[in-house]
Amino acid sequence: MKNIHLQYFAILREFRGQNEDSWETTAATAGDLYEELKTEFKFPLTQKQIRVAINGEFSAMDSLLKTGDEVVYIPPVAGG
Amino acid sequence: MKANLFQLTSQSFQAHHFVREMENHAAGAYTSFEGWVRNHNEGKDVASLEYEAYPDLALKEGCRILAEALEKFDIIDSRCIHRTGHLQIGEIAVWVGTTAKHREEAFTACRYIIDEVKSRVPIWKKEHYADGDSGWVKCEHCASHIHRH
Repeated sequence: MKNIHLQYFAILREFRGQNEDSWETTAATAGDLYEELKTEFKFPLTQKQIRVAINGEFSAMDSLLKTGDEVVYIPPVAGG
Repeated sequence: MKANLFQLTSQSFQAHHFVREMENHAAGAYTSFEGWVRNHNEGKDVASLEYEAYPDLALKEGCRILAEALEKFDIIDSRCIHRTGHLQIGEIAVWVGTTAKHREEAFTACRYIIDEVKSRVPIWKKEHYADGDSGWVKCEHCASHIHRH
């Protein structure tokens, strides 16, 4: 088990119903963890529609997770 | 020294304050872009907008874009301010300013910055419609199923 700190924004925050989580998981990669959360909270976006940031930097979905990582899943952006 | 500044603010602002900071006697051109909150989108009447940012990464990515513009174009300075929070119709949502010796580079860099900010910086926009509905721009269409709360 590893402990991951999650922050949620925009549509994913609304589906989760809160801003952050301290999450115990056996997921190996950021993509695996997204699938776990997607099932749990019925997130409406597929992995292909989002990006991920790990510890404050854009990262690949197949990045390996370790305890203490700060993970943010990034829905399609719409600034401007 | 080439200044480099991307900011997020939850306060309504006017661009002239930031323009003063960019004054430079070597600059022959100043261009700006302002994004305004519009009262309609895709056939729906919009009552107001909400912008939400992931601040840590938004600031980093925004600064990277401004640094790229300084690298790619012969400009003197570039700045960008993006609003967060609840905005009313007509408010400035984003402002980009660039200065350069000549207008062409100032225009090109300004265009580059706003295009990159819109496509890369983790900021999201929720539209509140006149009919009481609301939706996250670019998210609702691609969502496989949306549960209305």
